[in-house]
Order: sequence, then C-alpha cells, then structure tokens
Amino acid sequence: MTSSYPAYLLRRLGQFVLVVFIGINIVFFISHATPIDPVEQTVAAATQFGATSPEAIALMRQSLRELYGLEGGLWEQYAVFWQRIAVADFGPSLSAFPTPVSVLIRRAAPWTVGLWSIATLISWSLGNLLGGLAGYYPRSRALRAAGAVAMALHPIPYYIVGFVLLIVFGYVWPILPITGGYQINLERAFDLRFVASVFRHSLLPALSLILVGLGGWFLGMRSLVSNIVTEDYVVFAELGGVRPRRILASYVMRNALAPQVTGLAMSVSTIYTGVIIIEQVFGYPGLGSLLVYGVLAGDYSLVLGVASVSIIAVALAVLAIDLLYPLVDPRVKAR
Amino acid sequence: MLAIARDLFRYNREFALGVALLAVVGGVAALSLVSPYPPNLTYVVPPDVPPSWPYLLGTNSRGQDVFWQLSFAIRNTLAFGLMVALVSRMLALVIGLVAGYLGGWVDRVLMSINDTFLVVPLFPILVLFYFVMRDSMTWALLALVMAGLGWAYDARLIRSLAMSLRTREFTETSVFSGMSVGRILAEEHFPYVLPIVFSTTLNNINWAIGLEVTLAVLGFTDINTPTIGGMIFWANQHTAMVAGIWWWIAFPVALVVATFIGFFLVAIAMNEYIDPRSRLMRTGA
Repeated sequence: MTSSYPAYLLRRLGQFVLVVFIGINIVFFISHATPIDPVEQTVAAATQFGATSPEAIALMRQSLRELYGLEGGLWEQYAVFWQRIAVADFGPSLSAFPTPVSVLIRRAAPWTVGLWSIATLISWSLGNLLGGLAGYYPRSRALRAAGAVAMALHPIPYYIVGFVLLIVFGYVWPILPITGGYQINLERAFDLRFVASVFRHSLLPALSLILVGLGGWFLGMRSLVSNIVTEDYVVFAELGGVRPRRILASYVMRNALAPQVTGLAMSVSTIYTGVIIIEQVFGYPGLGSLLVYGVLAGDYSLVLGVASVSIIAVALAVLAIDLLYPLVDPRVKAR
Repeated sequence: MLAIARDLFRYNREFALGVALLAVVGGVAALSLVSPYPPNLTYVVPPDVPPSWPYLLGTNSRGQDVFWQLSFAIRNTLAFGLMVALVSRMLALVIGLVAGYLGGWVDRVLMSINDTFLVVPLFPILVLFYFVMRDSMTWALLALVMAGLGWAYDARLIRSLAMSLRTREFTETSVFSGMSVGRILAEEHFPYVLPIVFSTTLNNINWAIGLEVTLAVLGFTDINTPTIGGMIFWANQHTAMVAGIWWWIAFPVALVVATFIGFFLVAIAMNEYIDPRSRLMRTGA
C-alpha cells in the first residue's frame, strides 16, 4: 500500500482516537450496566464490623455516589466519566485514603513501562534475529533445537511460565529474588547498589516475559524468511556473488521486518496483559499488582483508574510503533 | 478427511505429537465421568497423601483426590475453551466474510472496530468485569464476554481470504445467477475459509484457556467450578509449595501445559497443510 506520510499519520491518529473512545466506552458500560452497585458493596464492606448508625450510612452512601461519579442520570454520569478521564482524576483511593488514585498510578506506572518496554525490545529483537537465522540456515542443528524450544514455550500463558520460574528460583534453587521491585531495606537513591537491586529483582519477571514472547517472533520471522529466500532477487544476489551476511541482513531480513513491526503493533496489548500478570506473580510494584490489590481491597476507583489508564497506555504505545513504521517500510513515505 | 489425518500423522511429527498430547488430555477429561467422588465435596480422602496407590497423584489439603479433581478440572477448562472458541468463531466468520465481500465503507467501519478490539488490553477489562460482577460471575457469562472480545484477530484473517474469493469467477457466476449475499457467503465462500478457521480455532481455545487459568488462579472467576486455574488457586490458598505438597501444583500445571502444546502443534500442522508451499518443502521437492 502506497500512501503519503501525512495521510498515513492522519489514519493512525484516527485509529488511536477510536481505540481510546471504544475502550473507555467498554469500561463505562461494564462499570455501569451491571446489576451490582459499587456504592452498596463499599458500604457493606465498611459496615461489616461493628454497628454504624443509619444516618452515618446514609451520609456515606451520598458521599460515595459523588466520589464514584454515580450522581444524576446515565448521560450525566457519562459526561462526568469523560471529564475525569480528560484530566486524569479518578478521585481518592478508598483503600489508601486519601491518596488520589492518579498518584498511586503515577507511582506504579514507571515500573510497568520499564518492564514492558525492555522485555518487548529484547524478545522482539532476539526472536527476530534467531528466527531470521533459522529461516536462512534451515539445516543448522542448534537453530532447529532453538525452534523446538520456542515452539514449546510459545503457547504457554505468561502466568504458568512465571509461576514455574517462581517455583524453580524461589524454592528449588533460590538464587534470585522472587518478590518486589528492589530490596526493601535499601534507600531509594540513584546509586550503584540500588540500581543493581532493581536489576536483580527485574530478572525473573523480564525472563518470563522474554521466554514467552520470543517464540512468536522466532516462528514468524522464520517462516517469513524461508519464503523470501526463494524469491528471484535473493537467488540473483547469490548468483551475483553478494556475501551471504549481506544477503541475510539487507536482502532478506530487511524485507521481513515490515510485517514483524506490524505484528509488534498488534501484539502490544497481549504483551501488556502479560506484564500485568507477571507483575502480580512476582509482586512487582507496577500497575498489575496495583490492579489486583485494588480488586482484593474492593477499591472501585482504583480498579476503574488502572483499567482506563491501561487502555490509553496501550493505545499510545501502538501509535508510537505506527509512527515509527515508515522507517522500516519506505513505501509509506513515497508519493 | 481420514486419509488427510493419516498422512499428517505419518509425515508430520508435530501433528503426531500434538494429537498424542491431546489424546492424553482428552482421556483424563473423559475419566471424570466415572469418578468415584463428586467434584465439590471436600475431605472425602485423607489429606496430603503423596502420590501412591490408590491415590495415583496424591491427595490435597482439602481432602480431595488430585487425579479425580484434575479430571473434572481439565474437562471444565476444555469445555470453557471450546465454548469461547465456538461463539467467537461465529462472530469472526460473519464479520470477516461480510467485510471482505462487501468491501467499501462497510469494510472500513468493520475493520476499524476490528483493529480496536485487537489493541484494547483485555485483561484489565476482564478484571474490572469480575470486580463489578463479584458473586454473580458465572462460568458461562465469562465465556460469553471473552468470546465477545476475542474474535478480532481471526476476523481480519478471514476478511483477507474473502477479499480474494470475491474476485474469483465462481463468485461472479453466483451473483449473475441471482444468489443472495447471505447465500453466497454461506454456501460459496464459507467452505473455502473453513480450513483456516479450524486452525485458528485451536489457537483461540489456547488463548481462552490461558486467560481463564490466569483469572482463576487470582480467584477472579467462579471458584466453585473446578478448573485447572481453580486448582492452582486453592493450592496457593493452602500454600502448597511451602508445605511441600508439590503434587497439588505440579500435575495440574503439567496437564495444562500438555493441552497448550497439543493444540498449538496441531494448529501449526494444519497451517502447514493448508499452505502448499511448506507442504512441498517438507517432502523435499
């Protein structure tokens, strides 16, 4: 598909707006069209222990309705919901009162974004590199073995892989920290010991994400490359005496890169889901742990906030990859 | 059909391994029909017995036989995956075939929605869904919601096939002979996309089971229906790993991993069979 860059840009921006719009609407619909009233749930939880006077309960109900944006008709609530999204204000968290939900999210987000981007980058580039080699040298024993491992790990969900790693490195052979984002008794300063601790704590979560993610890129790249090597221009280049390394890099893998970047944009949300789950497994202090904590603590605003922020974050990441896409596919720029 | 399966079995190692794994998994699930214990009763056998006769895979801290518990769990888990895959397949087929055949603005609108569903992160949404539903969350409801969220990838695939089918001569013949759009799609195009739908169904089952296990392990589903995720949830609740009851966790994990790899290998073998180029490569032509 040939199109000019501005037209491409506009289309991707439109898609971004649509994703945020539909995603936030799903969140609104789910949180409002259910038979369960979050206000009554919170009231029930709060009054579970000890007697509370009826006046106090009525007062509590009133302030919770305001807090959750459940005042007025459905359209009014809808408008309030979008207003809150626009200014990123999800009200105070109930379980960490009076800290606003946005503060909790801002505190957790760097951990998630760091884990998400680094694990994606490593598994994508390593998977593509190995997959490209495996497609170009189909007879190599080592690469075939790598293919078998990738094929076995690829279909297993993140939770199971993370859980098995947790058991292996937590109980069977305890050499790596299995919980938290850094050593608890260390002061949070930007020095070598703290950074090293953060790195050590990120090893198992990142490893789980990479192990699962690698296979998809490996298998995809291998089949792309094994189709491209039969193309005429590759055969001509070989006959013309171009060095094999150059053929592999500039003739074969360069052309297989474009669909893999599209694939990356399409799997951003799957990887995000993986990060959220893995964080929970390893008690990593990111959005995933925050989300599960919110559910267990019955914190309505917190769960709603994390879900909304997740949608926007994933949409932004997809947009970023889409904007980089013309770098690997020059046809987009051509007029 | 049988001949194809036989050939695949003979020449395709992945297919043979995948089918063998699924046969074991299916066998364990089928045994739940002859279980001596009902699935939800606790303390029917002595708790915490390691794997031994007559408790083949040991017993758990809730006084249940792990083997029979496992057979109920895998049956429910498989049924869940199948149900999600079937419902989402219908959505994917209708949307993909219609978008590919009609083209134009219908295609653009449907594919914009499609791409949105590809991108929206499902897990936080499913967690939110559990959060607002709590105890009213049933197994069937979760399956329906996941089917409603999980059709996008395959709809795109089916659409790309339907687009090329539209330009084929037999489509024009059917149009000129006065067939309605619905009949063309159902009778002429549907059989062509069936093989690829079959292979993506298997991947969709894996996707559904994976998410269900994850939600169940966190306790975010109906925990009274025994599933693989539910078993791990209860094992974690009783801190089975710390207590050394490894068989309570190891066997469900092993069985569900066999399920994932089995479905995936069969799906890959199907894909290879559908694509004649890779079939030729295999025979060395």
